[in-house]
Amino acid sequence: MKQNLYLGVEAIGQAAIDGGISGVYAYPGTPSTEITEFIQDSKQAAEKGIRSKWSANEKTAYEAALGMSYAGKRSIVCMKHVGLNVAADAFMNSAITGINGGLIVTVADDPSMHSSQNEQDSRFYAKFAMIPILEPSNQQEAYDMVYNGFSLSEELGVPVMVRITTRLAHSRAGVIRKAEKETNPLKLSQQPSQFVLLPAIARQRYKGLLKKQKDFEEASFTSEYNFLKKGTDKTLGIIACGITINYLNEHYKTKECPYTILKISQYPLPEKMLHEIEKECEEVLVLEEGYPLVEEAVKGIFNKHIKVSGRLSGTLPRDGELNADLVAAALGLETLEGATVPELVVNRPPALCQGCGHQDMYKALNEAADKYSKGRVFSDIGCYTLGALPPYQSIYSCVDMGASITMAKGAADAGLVPSFAVIGDSTFTHSGITGLLDAVNDNSNIVVVISDNESVSMTGGQESSALGKIESICEGVGVDPKHIRMLVPMKKYHELMVSTIEEEIAYEGVSVIIFRRECIQAAAKRLRAEKKIKQNPKL
Amino acid sequence: MKTDIILAGVGGQGILSIASILGDAALEEGLFLKQAETHGMSQRGGAVVSHLRISDAPIAADLIPKGGADIILSVEPMEALRYLPFLSPTGYIVTNTTPFINIPNYPDVEKLMEEVRKQPRFVAIDADQIATEIGNKRAMNMVMLGAATPFVQVDPDKIIRGIEHIFKSKGEAVVELNRNAFMSGREFALANK
Repeated sequence: MKQNLYLGVEAIGQAAIDGGISGVYAYPGTPSTEITEFIQDSKQAAEKGIRSKWSANEKTAYEAALGMSYAGKRSIVCMKHVGLNVAADAFMNSAITGINGGLIVTVADDPSMHSSQNEQDSRFYAKFAMIPILEPSNQQEAYDMVYNGFSLSEELGVPVMVRITTRLAHSRAGVIRKAEKETNPLKLSQQPSQFVLLPAIARQRYKGLLKKQKDFEEASFTSEYNFLKKGTDKTLGIIACGITINYLNEHYKTKECPYTILKISQYPLPEKMLHEIEKECEEVLVLEEGYPLVEEAVKGIFNKHIKVSGRLSGTLPRDGELNADLVAAALGLETLEGATVPELVVNRPPALCQGCGHQDMYKALNEAADKYSKGRVFSDIGCYTLGALPPYQSIYSCVDMGASITMAKGAADAGLVPSFAVIGDSTFTHSGITGLLDAVNDNSNIVVVISDNESVSMTGGQESSALGKIESICEGVGVDPKHIRMLVPMKKYHELMVSTIEEEIAYEGVSVIIFRRECIQAAAKRLRAEKKIKQNPKL
Repeated sequence: MKTDIILAGVGGQGILSIASILGDAALEEGLFLKQAETHGMSQRGGAVVSHLRISDAPIAADLIPKGGADIILSVEPMEALRYLPFLSPTGYIVTNTTPFINIPNYPDVEKLMEEVRKQPRFVAIDADQIATEIGNKRAMNMVMLGAATPFVQVDPDKIIRGIEHIFKSKGEAVVELNRNAFMSGREFALANK
């Protein structure tokens, strides 16, 4: 069988294509971005007519995926963990409506916050919505789970969450593919009222969802991804969730693990299996990536008062990603340690690229804002968030997508004038427009800087939904066209940029200043592609 | 048989192409492979690392445990030292000596090299210089890949075929340059290990 060297995210993209999707919906977010990119770049997907363009945000993506499911087709929606906050309204209610065509929601969590503002555990969302979770332990399982997940979703009648973390998302291994499935025919639900969540219908649907919980648990019990492997040493049982099983197995390559192991890769938790490990072992250690969801849950499920340890008990760290060394320490196994890092090694944080337009924007903004006290610039999520670090140290907030405009508005309402918002083009169309509307309706005295590099750059240069639309959106929302200003962030325009910002500070109302220059990474990529076409016109 | 490699560098220096060529060659030999990469924010000029694990038996964890790496292959000297806790007591450091300075407080290069030389097994190679002499500084990566091969149990001929495959579309001159870069790195490491 041919092995394909796939990142976890690529395995998911390939499995979605092979599993018969008609569309993928997503907004870029590390570590989930490459699932959609893989499908966008796939010749096979193009031939099958799979729809794959980026959505404006995770909520619009989720709703469109649900709409595709409504029409009877299979769809996948992908996002990073905090993206599910944005899509939460649609997500929670889709558990009540149920699905028609199979629907998988893939959420990539980021423990250790490699590229995120928190490390929330999406398993809680699935538990909250009362839908099943598949949590692959390796790239092959990621492929298999997504490939089979659409039928599981159709059998159980609800969306299924596939939860991965950064490590699996961005690690490569050999994956064996399965036969390509046909896409579903267009076919509406037999019970069309299922999607009408009027209270009277919603109450019935909710009872139905509650009743199905037994089936979900039975599916976990019979799942090939969950198993109990009895050990000889009864002093300890280990519950290993998702990829943590690898950190355990790392220590038992040449000898068998003496303890009973319960591997969990499908939820809701199969209680029968938990009672078996409870019966079998004197105490239980829980290995899980993220929050102590299972550790907390088993305490309520076990009948006996046996000791349960894990992240909550302090046996493992409460935060951050796990690894083989941390698991070894929890098991009291000996670990190796190389030499220590010499003191002269310093941190090398990420920085804005040389020649990036955000730099010129920040230089001008710093100069214009210099005569006021510090702490007036609210910002957002993107490359420009690096403006918080030296040498610029320009911004004072980065909370969630779109919050720069609304926080600046609230601060201005409180009397902090001038207040500035710095937001990128794609973040603006993701979640900034409604906040701008609030500011216009309230005539809040704010200066909104849209640092427009015409791409979604931090995640690798995806196409921005805002492209060519920002001025008309601002005007449409009701910003006075005289106070929608256009600038090109380049050194030679520094004085003009400073004076324009000063003019808009003087205006008492909503100002929008658009700094527009193509992302230099995107420009370099474009030039390379153009050069290639020039050399090889046939391409 | 297993080789655990820590690949270290700075976002944009292209350590992922080294990993990709080595990985393909290993897979070609029918070996097992896991390779964890850094994507996202750090790719903007921050420290990046890739854990590449090659073995003739199935591999459990995507990350190399501390003290388990057979090689630290670094395209930049300070980054070579950052991952020392991962290096096995019998492991090798293979590092480029040309620093990548994109921070104001970059330490004294000579002091960094003193730390490298304190390690029991190392190869210090000026890969930028060698690549420049061959014809293009950008082939630095392939010099470093070549320098790692004496310590990796993957057939160098298979790696060369991988290089040829990757650069094929850019013409025979580019293939030749990168093949030479690879061979120069390999010869240097064999002579200086």
